[in-house]
Amino acid sequence: MTSPLRREDVAHVAKLARLSLSDAELDQFTLQLGQILEHANDMSSLDLEGVIPTAHPFGLINVVRDDVVRPSLDRDEVLAMAPDAEDGRFAVPRIMGEAP
Amino acid sequence: MTLPGEWEMVVGLEVHTELKTATKMFCGCANQFGSEPNTNICPVCLGLPGSLPVLNERAVELAMAIGVALHCRIASSTFHRKNYFYPDMPKDFQITQYDLPINSGGYLDLPDGSHVSIERAHLEEDTGKSTHLGGTGRIHGADRSLVDYNRSGVPLVEIVSAPDIRSSAHARAYAAELRGILIATGASDGRMEEGSMRIDANVSVRKPNAPFGTRCEIKNLNSLRSLHRAIDYEALRQIDVIEDGGTIRQETRHWDEIFGETSTMRTKEEAEDYRYFREPDLVDLDPNQAWQDRVRNGLPPMPAERRQKLTARLSEPSQAQLEAVEVVIDLGLENFVNAAIDAGVEPALAVARAANELAAGIEMTPNLAPEAFSATVLMEQGGALSATQSKTVLGELLASGGDPKSIAKAKGFEQLSSDSLGSTVAELIEQNPDEWARYREGDEKLAQFFIGQVMKLTKGQANGKAVIAELQARR
Amino acid sequence: MKTAHQIAIDVQSGAGSAESELERTLGVIAARNEELNVFLHVDEDGARSAAASIDARVAKGENVGPLAGVPIAIKDNMCQRGIPTTCSSRILEGWRPPYSATVIDRLLAAGAVPVGKTNLDEFAMGSSTETSAFGATRNPLDPTRVPGGSSGGSAAAVAADMTSIAVGSDTGGSIRQPAALCGLVGMKPSYGLVSRYGLIAFASSLDQIGPFAKNVMDAAILLEAIAGHDPMDSTSLPEPPPSLVAHVNDGVAGKRIALVRELVDGADPDVVASVERAVEALKDAGATIVELSIPEFRLGLSAYYLIAPAEASSNLARYDGVRYGLRVDADDVAAMNEATRTAGFGAEVKRRIMLGTYALSAGYYDAYYGQALKVRTQMIEAFKRAYLDVDLLIGATTPSVAFEFGSKTSDPMAMYLSDVFTIPTNLAGDAAVSVPFGSGEADLPVGVQLLGPGRSEAQLFAAARVLEIAEGRS
Ligand SMILES: [Mg+2]
Ligand SMILES: [Zn+2]
Repeated sequence: MTSPLRREDVAHVAKLARLSLSDAELDQFTLQLGQILEHANDMSSLDLEGVIPTAHPFGLINVVRDDVVRPSLDRDEVLAMAPDAEDGRFAVPRIMGEAP
Repeated sequence: MTLPGEWEMVVGLEVHTELKTATKMFCGCANQFGSEPNTNICPVCLGLPGSLPVLNERAVELAMAIGVALHCRIASSTFHRKNYFYPDMPKDFQITQYDLPINSGGYLDLPDGSHVSIERAHLEEDTGKSTHLGGTGRIHGADRSLVDYNRSGVPLVEIVSAPDIRSSAHARAYAAELRGILIATGASDGRMEEGSMRIDANVSVRKPNAPFGTRCEIKNLNSLRSLHRAIDYEALRQIDVIEDGGTIRQETRHWDEIFGETSTMRTKEEAEDYRYFREPDLVDLDPNQAWQDRVRNGLPPMPAERRQKLTARLSEPSQAQLEAVEVVIDLGLENFVNAAIDAGVEPALAVARAANELAAGIEMTPNLAPEAFSATVLMEQGGALSATQSKTVLGELLASGGDPKSIAKAKGFEQLSSDSLGSTVAELIEQNPDEWARYREGDEKLAQFFIGQVMKLTKGQANGKAVIAELQARR
Repeated sequence: MKTAHQIAIDVQSGAGSAESELERTLGVIAARNEELNVFLHVDEDGARSAAASIDARVAKGENVGPLAGVPIAIKDNMCQRGIPTTCSSRILEGWRPPYSATVIDRLLAAGAVPVGKTNLDEFAMGSSTETSAFGATRNPLDPTRVPGGSSGGSAAAVAADMTSIAVGSDTGGSIRQPAALCGLVGMKPSYGLVSRYGLIAFASSLDQIGPFAKNVMDAAILLEAIAGHDPMDSTSLPEPPPSLVAHVNDGVAGKRIALVRELVDGADPDVVASVERAVEALKDAGATIVELSIPEFRLGLSAYYLIAPAEASSNLARYDGVRYGLRVDADDVAAMNEATRTAGFGAEVKRRIMLGTYALSAGYYDAYYGQALKVRTQMIEAFKRAYLDVDLLIGATTPSVAFEFGSKTSDPMAMYLSDVFTIPTNLAGDAAVSVPFGSGEADLPVGVQLLGPGRSEAQLFAAARVLEIAEGRS
């Protein structure tokens, strides 16, 4: 796990994250993210085979709620905060392509 | 449809079913189809900053019910985030189950005796809905879209079959049987036209015993008819490509209902990188045995068992009667049929009236008491009502309920019974001495002549069997 | 100025009033906010009507609650209905949430008067409050220096005597580090003790809301008021909240406390000296002190800087210009999302989104995110082993006292290192408190950190109180 980060990786990640980076930002991020990943290399030397990953600090299970209707928000209040709304709905520019 | 040459299709289905809960998967908003846009929304299902999901217990139980009905193993499971940007998805990720689904490793036996393995049946949330404006009102060529989040966060179970399906008819039978099971468990209303059950189909073709070919996924098939047509179209397309010396690309395809064809949506190279990871705002789900047993014990019998039970009441059923039994089971009408049989109705007649008359008025069956159905068909069987009259009475009962005898009386059906029919038959014998003589000499075909005449005079309100009885009595 | 404890007693007894306390607070804010940039929004009208209603209730003989009439500052990553909530980001500028965080509801129920929203590092990503889109907050103790971060505004509000208490959030040290740099008591409670409902997520498995105060008693009163199960947060602890105020003076006699080498290594000498003096003070109060090395702590930073950005990259996807906040128009929706996010997020937020997206992406997950989750397991086990032998751990909160503006902004790694002592607690989901003890360079305060297992808040406050008394601050 030596710093594997290339400029095209950063460009690809920016696309996934819906961010556009200038050439200068691309260079800077390649350098900075590379440094952070290099620091993370201290973990790569560890043999963690068989260690169970922890995604959550402790083991609560089966937290559920009753299937009981609660009041919804007022539509006018919600749509008032929308950048664009029409006909009781949120308006967006054209969608290129269907949901994956 | 049979495929040309030696080709065989290999199909696996992913069926998404909305669960019939009162509220959404992670919030208390109503899970309701057809509300005014954006009226069933809150901070959680709108993905507002700071909001957190809390799992609906009923959704978990319905998912377990589906798992039990499909003979799945119910296990400890986790939730993941599936990350991709799309405007109808308010958090820009979907909460779904990934490597550890609640149900896995089941199967479904179809009425034709075939067996389809179920890989998994997992919980996930639905997205909102976009309407496209400008152009043709479809997504392509639209100039903007409007989004309604009422459906956002509605609980779904995604049921993934193994690639065990071998024809479009087989796929259709699987989907229909699955739909029956979903309805029987109470998990879903199975209304495909409202989008509460949606199907993606993975289709490939091969020569017998050859390894599986490259598959294409057809998204969002919203009726059994589309499923059937899309699979056939896609298999033929793939065969054409291969026979022309081409190769199939793994891709996601869109089914166009109007043009009856599939087209490329996204190639494998353009596939999203979903960056799945554990949903940190939810804890693990690990239903203990007691909880599982409670769900298991609360389940009514499934369609296959009910079908078998009802078929057993018919002696040597014909193909048409077996099909009628399927209709009765699909529509959940066996309480009517069983009540009628128990009251002395001929099983075949009870099944036929349910599969035709009740099926035609299925949405009105809440008006009809099983006793009223039994009484009507019993009157028909006894000759007090003709078949046509019986159907008319059933129609009336479905429309507005009531008592079959009073309805028959009000319609004037009663006078035709006994006395009135007897005098009509006597009159006809007098008017047609030649035919009557031939009948008396044993020409049974002439019974049909007399029945026809009686029907003409009574405007179809007589019972054929009763006419024959009258003729026999005078022979 | 008065403590929160004293204000509540005075308001409840009629010796003072919520309205006069509020006017004093608004006066200090008016005098100093322009210079220090502490509050992004002051809700004068809302606070005045809340204060008036408290006074009216007191007049009717009602018991208003443990924070009766106490003005409080709220970090601007907690939703308050109708009040602008920005996370110090352009992408949420002007947004007024249609709902309130559970913490806000609890504060109101306890009689507190929220006066406004305080500055933070954008989306709580930073350790100096310099990444705020609305300008840096200045440290009231030395306006040429940072107040720490990300809860720098909340810390500065208390340090500048604007309010006696404030709430912040701590994902990797964002309460304890600014508390240390501003000379305050600040606690990161056990994960799940305080509801996160309405706290705008940075890294969901690490975020936790907690108190800032001038002294231990006020911090305990505040935490007790906001702690407790919330059915709106699936990760909320199910059991009743601990009793804290009653145990503040329990002391440390008979406790075993370990000085952890990894929690002082690399710290400035004056910081180390303060920790050593604190150890002596605890010993004097009857604690047994042992020394311990927990090598896993050295890996915390690496694990944290993959886990937190990974979660953040997903949590911050929703800022897409569709439903609320900023939208930068474009031809199609994907281009609009991209233009909005590019214009709306600052450099540090983009850096972490990029890092997290990369760590989760196909082909890299196992090497980075997956490996970090395993290190997290090891961290938790290392803590558990330590707590088999001792009750609490002690070390420094930060490697240095408050640093100067711009001294770490050009080198992200240098900035990240200022969280090196606080991060292990977040990874484990445990509790820790920073308490001011002694001073260092330029006579600026040093924070000593006490760490305990999950649900050890009462013990931590009791130990912090021992140090407070040893410093002559009763
Ligand atoms: Mg799915
Ligand atoms: Zn909702």
